[in-house]
Amino acid sequence: MADHGKGRPPRVGDNKVFRRVLLTVVLLLVALMIVAPLVVIAVEAFSRGIGYFAKSIADPDTRHAILLTVVTALIAVPFNTAFGVAAAWAITKHDFPGKRLLTVVIEIPFSVSPIVAGVSYLFVYGLQGLFGHALQAADIKILFALPGIVLASMFVTGPFVARELIPLMQAQGRDLEEAATSLGASGWRTFFSVTLPNIKWALLYGVVLCNSRVMGEFGAVSVVSGNIRGQTNTLPLHIELLYHDYNAAGAFAAASILACLAIVTLVAKVALERRGAGRVQRPSALAGADSITPEVKP
Amino acid sequence: MKIRLENVVKEFQTFRAVHGVSLDIESGELVALLGPSGSGKTTILRMVAGLEYADGGAIYFGEENATDIPVRERGVGFVFQHYALFPHMTVGENIAFGMKVSKVKRTPREIAARVTELLDLVQLGGLKDRFPGQISGGQRQRVALARALAVDPRVLLLDEPFGALDANVRRDLRRWLRKIHDELGITTLFVTHDQEEALDLADRVVILNKGKIVQEGTPEAVCRNPADAFVMNFLGDANRLDADIRGGKAYVDDIAFEADGVADGSGQILFRPADVTWREDGQGISAKIVRVIDRPDSRRVLAMTGSGQAVEFDTAPEFPHRKGEAGFIDIRRPRVYASA
Repeated sequence: MADHGKGRPPRVGDNKVFRRVLLTVVLLLVALMIVAPLVVIAVEAFSRGIGYFAKSIADPDTRHAILLTVVTALIAVPFNTAFGVAAAWAITKHDFPGKRLLTVVIEIPFSVSPIVAGVSYLFVYGLQGLFGHALQAADIKILFALPGIVLASMFVTGPFVARELIPLMQAQGRDLEEAATSLGASGWRTFFSVTLPNIKWALLYGVVLCNSRVMGEFGAVSVVSGNIRGQTNTLPLHIELLYHDYNAAGAFAAASILACLAIVTLVAKVALERRGAGRVQRPSALAGADSITPEVKP
Repeated sequence: MKIRLENVVKEFQTFRAVHGVSLDIESGELVALLGPSGSGKTTILRMVAGLEYADGGAIYFGEENATDIPVRERGVGFVFQHYALFPHMTVGENIAFGMKVSKVKRTPREIAARVTELLDLVQLGGLKDRFPGQISGGQRQRVALARALAVDPRVLLLDEPFGALDANVRRDLRRWLRKIHDELGITTLFVTHDQEEALDLADRVVILNKGKIVQEGTPEAVCRNPADAFVMNFLGDANRLDADIRGGKAYVDDIAFEADGVADGSGQILFRPADVTWREDGQGISAKIVRVIDRPDSRRVLAMTGSGQAVEFDTAPEFPHRKGEAGFIDIRRPRVYASA
């Protein structure tokens, strides 16, 4: 197409030199900042051979860190999923005073540094904190134990599911729920038969994002967990410890597990986006969306 | 099922409010709520459905006070403007939904039979396994109607049922809905902003403005005797001329019109563009032709009266006069109203 108008100035945004420079800069940055570190993880993890990699992973402390991370995710993700669905449902399908404030408050964890969240948990549940004495008296351990880790993780990842759902549910409006109710469906029935099927891909996407963030969370957890090796160390904290022990190969082996998780998340994200998750659609378009309805039956 | 609204009120900060509406709808009647946007017509419909609760007044279904019955138990069939079909269910599943969730238990065989029956009723026999995204707008609207009818509602409520469709489909569906209504005899209330649709379809038209009923009656009654200038204007094209009312007569440029029972003072006369005859000799209000617009079946003439008021009227396509010619407009069926 550039052959046609040799004499004419290029179409807006189609300057050849500019386009090439722009592409080069972007590719270079991607290679340096994203691809290179991932490659390094893979290479370093196996730098002392596959046997050492397996040994690193099988190390009791590493295994415990993996287990703790998985347990944290198993508690925090379902909880945040339920919270996200409830919050999105409340905000998009109901009217109440303070609704816009709630929308903003839900997003606070995104704008607060995780380390700040961690420190504030110290002040609430720590010995010198608000509930410190009461908790100690009742012999409930929150800080430097699993509950603290879970709480901090939940705080940091609280908005993920709600943020995926709110724009979608807002665009879908209330017509479908009203229709279901006028046909005699109960609230639960309406939710499971009508609302959920129409948000399932966005919900799944939110859950995947939330999960990868819970498993990777470092800042807040590092403050509240106490970082005790083999006891309150999650995988990201464990990686840091290994690294400080000059056990680079061990650190990278553990890191490769988190990196794999990231790749799985990415693949899931792309797959889910293809199915329409996170894409805002109007109700009329929804009715026609082949991304939501299964394939055409002749 | 007879429906009665008694002084129903809905407060809104915004414009959709309803200020004391009373209305009787006879069993089996097909009634249109007609009004411009913001007149509260949809709010009234939603209150009858139970999708909104009234802030004051009462709604009766027959003898039963339905004001506080939740929508789920009210037994109404509601058809939404944008159909609100469940996009992840087939046409058949959409229609079956109400029967599946109903307290009245039906066997799958009964449900399937009823779905087939309803699909035949709305003439969509072959589309049972399609998804809503795979059928046209008119077909979706018919599915929405079948779904609403599936639960054997006591009352059928339709919100701008043809609003999202193009003109031809609209007219066909309108006639078809009338036929269905006559077959089933179910009490039906529908909302529209399109006067043609209301007059074409309804037994009785209720005209609303700013949250109040301004007139109700048969299409004939509201067309022939508009209660006020708003109704006259809203029902169709109307010309308006300022007039002086003195002793039962309305004067426009010294031409007198009958104005029995209209208070003395400033007033207005309104008339339809079809109710004007152009004369070259001195009968009527003197005027000058400003423009002639050609239409497939007529000519629309834009004229200016001697006192500078604009008038539009329709003539036969053979109308011979041109821009700039002077003459007189002779008005048939003028309606005189006091100025609001």
